[in-house]
Amino acid sequence: MQNPITDAEHRPAAERGPATGPLVRFDRVNKSFGDLTVLDRLSFDVDPGERVTLIGPSGSGKTTILRLLMTLEHVTPTKDPAAEGGVIWVEGKPLSHMEKGNRLVVANERHLRQARKKIGMVFQSFNLFPNMRVLRNVTEAQVHTLGRSKDEAEAKARELLDLVGLSAKVDNYPSQLSGGQQQRVAIARALAMDPDILLLDEVTSALDPELVADVLGVLRDVADTTSITMLIVTHEMGFARDVSNRVMMFDRGVIVEEGAPDEIFSDPREARTQDFLRAVLAE
Amino acid sequence: MDFREVVDSLPRYAEPLLVTIQVTLASAALALVVAFALGLMTSSRHLAVRTPARVFVEFFRGSSVVVQLFWFAFAMPVVLGIQFDYAIVAGIIALGLNYGAYCSEVVRGAIAAVPKGQFEASLAMNFTPFQRMRLVVLPQAWPEMIPSLCAFAIMLLKASALVSLISVTDLTAMAGLVGGRDGGVNQLPHYALILVLYFILAWLIWTGMRALERRAKRGIGIDAKPEKGRLTPAVAQKGMT
Repeated sequence: MQNPITDAEHRPAAERGPATGPLVRFDRVNKSFGDLTVLDRLSFDVDPGERVTLIGPSGSGKTTILRLLMTLEHVTPTKDPAAEGGVIWVEGKPLSHMEKGNRLVVANERHLRQARKKIGMVFQSFNLFPNMRVLRNVTEAQVHTLGRSKDEAEAKARELLDLVGLSAKVDNYPSQLSGGQQQRVAIARALAMDPDILLLDEVTSALDPELVADVLGVLRDVADTTSITMLIVTHEMGFARDVSNRVMMFDRGVIVEEGAPDEIFSDPREARTQDFLRAVLAE
Repeated sequence: MDFREVVDSLPRYAEPLLVTIQVTLASAALALVVAFALGLMTSSRHLAVRTPARVFVEFFRGSSVVVQLFWFAFAMPVVLGIQFDYAIVAGIIALGLNYGAYCSEVVRGAIAAVPKGQFEASLAMNFTPFQRMRLVVLPQAWPEMIPSLCAFAIMLLKASALVSLISVTDLTAMAGLVGGRDGGVNQLPHYALILVLYFILAWLIWTGMRALERRAKRGIGIDAKPEKGRLTPAVAQKGMT
């Protein structure tokens, strides 16, 4: 299979032309839940190291994009992926599909297990494992899915828990932590898997206002000190502005407008973006 | 009615008491294995796995346990040529399968009650379905199962009296035996005696299960030990940031 990045047939609407090729490519991706079309032939690229924020009204498909990348949801298949697209690519390889002969077919679980190794996700509701202490929350998957030794995993976990400021809580259960602390553990847990892409799905929405700053502070640190690619869904516009290189405004499953954060936040062109920002900032 | 006679016959109850305990423990162990096997199968998203388990569960729940008992003890030797050396084995199998079928619903329900976010986080961590079950789902579902399993364990203890119907000499059979002598004049005290014995056994099960539940809940960070002046377990201590 040719690299889709250089393959003219796969050229999507968003043409960026990076030297190394995009890390993530959505090529005319469809996603429907029954009659409801959430994403309609959506195309965009994300370059390595880019930090992209997805904004837009609820139901606009932002979270679905992250869930598709994490393989929690699956694309609505097209009849002929080579011609019609409908494929998600990561690092030049199909994620939602797999190569069979020289055709693309919908990925099976084995392919997905391989493909999702590069991707980490932090959830709105933390989803820490309540039956494991903080340290084990961060080491368990390293040991069981990356095959690291226990010592190696623990060293990595302690380093990351230090980064998120929770070294003192390693022996606590998640139920003994505040929401903000739990979310910081969840960030450490995701980073421990060394993902190339980190997906942040409204990570501060479930937090009390006074706990939001800590979590965002940790994420700013991560953004400043690593080159990890991030896709961020958030309603924290200040954070989006500081951290991201690019902002994409979604409505009804299509990109309304995209650009540098300064452009989008200071001088949005589209009326829908203006309305959305006015509504969000008025809160 | 002669209380002296009842007291004198107490040693006769030692062996039947042991039989009742044996039947209860052995069929509870079998029921637990059956419950987990069927509970996991009925939780499967594959129809081919789910359907046979479902049929088994509904059949055993939907037919009389007494008839099942007779079937294992008397019909199976004739129909299938399988003869248990001891009637007690037939009793244990019948009760174990029947209660296992009931308890599989407890297992299934507790698995279904584990929040969806836990499945999603397990997937994001790239656990295999087996790892997800072993490391994440079952450890969380287990503490939720214990109270219902405890109720079933006590019901099983009481149902163990049914083995007296297939000529196993348990507490109930013995009470009938000794109480029935002399034209049955002492039936009342003997049956009263075993009522108390059953109650004590049930209380022991209940106490044991409470301890197990507390331990299991501590394993998920919930301190279920009742403290003075506090009715609900302390879960989250807020404002520690």
